[in-house]
Amino acid sequence: MTAPENPAAPFLRVENLAAHFPVERGFVIRRRVGLVRAVDGVSFDLRKGEILGLVGESGCGKSTLGRALLQLIRPTAGAVILQGRHLTALRGALLREARADFQMIFQDPYASLNPRMTVFDALSEAIQAHRPVPNSELPARVTALLAKVGLPPRAQRGYPHEFSGGQRQRLAIARALAVEPQLIVADEPVSALDVSIQAQIINLLARVSREMRLTLIFISHDLSVVKYISDRIAVMYLGRIVEIGPAGGVFEHPLHPYTKALISAIPIPDPRREALRSRILLAGDPPSPLQPPPGCPFHPRCAYAVDRCSQIVPALEPQADPGHAAACIRAREINTA
Amino acid sequence: MMPESNVQTIRRIEAEPGASFWRDAWRRLRKNKLALFGLAVVVVLSALCFLEPLLCRYVIGYTYEQQDLALGPVPPCRAHWLGTDPLGRDLLARLLYGGRISLMVGLLGTAVSLTIGVIYGAVSGFVGGNLDALLMRAVDILYALPFTIFVILLMVFFGQDIRLLFVAIGAIEWLTMARIVRGQVMSLKQQEFIEAARALGLRPSRILLRHIIPNLLGPIIVYATLTVPEVILLESFLSFLGLGVQPPQSSWGVLIKEGAEMMEEYPWLLTYPALVMALTLFSLNFLGDGFRDALDVRASKD
Repeated sequence: MTAPENPAAPFLRVENLAAHFPVERGFVIRRRVGLVRAVDGVSFDLRKGEILGLVGESGCGKSTLGRALLQLIRPTAGAVILQGRHLTALRGALLREARADFQMIFQDPYASLNPRMTVFDALSEAIQAHRPVPNSELPARVTALLAKVGLPPRAQRGYPHEFSGGQRQRLAIARALAVEPQLIVADEPVSALDVSIQAQIINLLARVSREMRLTLIFISHDLSVVKYISDRIAVMYLGRIVEIGPAGGVFEHPLHPYTKALISAIPIPDPRREALRSRILLAGDPPSPLQPPPGCPFHPRCAYAVDRCSQIVPALEPQADPGHAAACIRAREINTA
Repeated sequence: MMPESNVQTIRRIEAEPGASFWRDAWRRLRKNKLALFGLAVVVVLSALCFLEPLLCRYVIGYTYEQQDLALGPVPPCRAHWLGTDPLGRDLLARLLYGGRISLMVGLLGTAVSLTIGVIYGAVSGFVGGNLDALLMRAVDILYALPFTIFVILLMVFFGQDIRLLFVAIGAIEWLTMARIVRGQVMSLKQQEFIEAARALGLRPSRILLRHIIPNLLGPIIVYATLTVPEVILLESFLSFLGLGVQPPQSSWGVLIKEGAEMMEEYPWLLTYPALVMALTLFSLNFLGDGFRDALDVRASKD
């Protein structure tokens, strides 16, 4: 099933991906009154086994990007190429078969499990969906999956409502792993959980990704969550990636003014250093994706904005550090000063 | 990572009674006295009606069509517990026989409407788009047809056949079922677990059968329970107009019609069938309400 790995081509390549949604009015005669550009020209590459943290404010299009990557929302334009295979070109049965290679973990573990299916049934269904095994092997396989996510074998008899939020998210992870995918998109997998449980789930995801050489795209609005797990971090603003780079690089010296503001907003768990922390306060709200501002979408809130910023749409350009790119025409200027 | 704490939580959860959804629902239903009363009445009455041939032979001693013209109408007495009609037929035997027909019409009519309605509504809601619009406009048009005229036409063209009655009633009752199911499917379709099933690469037919329909069982059961009395009432209405069941067969509707014609002279001919039918309809409605409360997902969260 797996295409041979071509060392030249990246494991996952995303080219100019866009997901636009027309806004329509009218009852019988529908007319388009606007266009929401939820994802607007996103490109990046991922290596096999890499963990990408995708961060941004709510409404910036990060969840839509995750779903568009996995073809749960069909992209308006652009390409998603997984191991040389154009997912965006697949339809119907071909696409269903291809789903063996990529899975999703959803935000709300209370909604992502069928309330009428026992854990055993749900995991069996996922196992049998792509790489069927004889029914006699199912109990052993289900038990092994549960063990992998830290749940006891007896959990398989239960229904979702018998489990806590953290346990359910473990079940959702087990279901995604049951398919034996190579790529997992986790859409805010911990934001619906208690803080005390979050670390457990993040550790679990990091461990299974490492063990199974999974490529993981971890979507979150919480930078401190992403920091732990990611090899690389991509920052989204209004449907675009404004900065992408190695996790350490993005945290230690962020290049884009938006990233700088985000990172300055992370509280430091040390009262003395926290008191000295300087924060960059962003003025105003994120603009509506229905009417994005001209030029750089961030310029109305940017402390460094100049006239040119409202005229030129900045491209994601490589910066001085290797592998670090930012979409800001003044990136070099403001970061050398 | 603390697997030990997970083991403990699971053990604690398993110790609680009512692990499954249906056991929870049954526990809630048992607390509802009115629904339990309804259930008991429905079970006892159905048992009596369906055992009617045996009861007539060994307990009552008369069949529903056995006439005794010399006897004529007598009020309830030792030999005829509920009295007889002008042809000397035992009312109790006729009531039980009529109940059999009425309940059967109720169950079969509901089954017909359920089958058509669930399939139609589920497909419409699941596929969506233009097909959904088309199917639902068809329902709107059928809704607009006057039911009585439709049935009269059917009876005139195809003759009076009890099987036709099922078809006629089923053909009307499924419309509401289809609308209810469609609405439920549309809201279920937005749930993340359906998206998760799509992400797994399951076929749409499997998603519909394994993930959507099982989650519709609650509303379907409730609506079906409430449809049975409605269908029984419809059959009675048709029989009352002389369009339904034909003599010497009887149904509750036929008995009530006959009783109403003679209610001044022989009041027992109206009283008993009306009482039994009212009791049945009340019981089925109580039971339906009980099911609705017991299967309510919102209630199961606390």
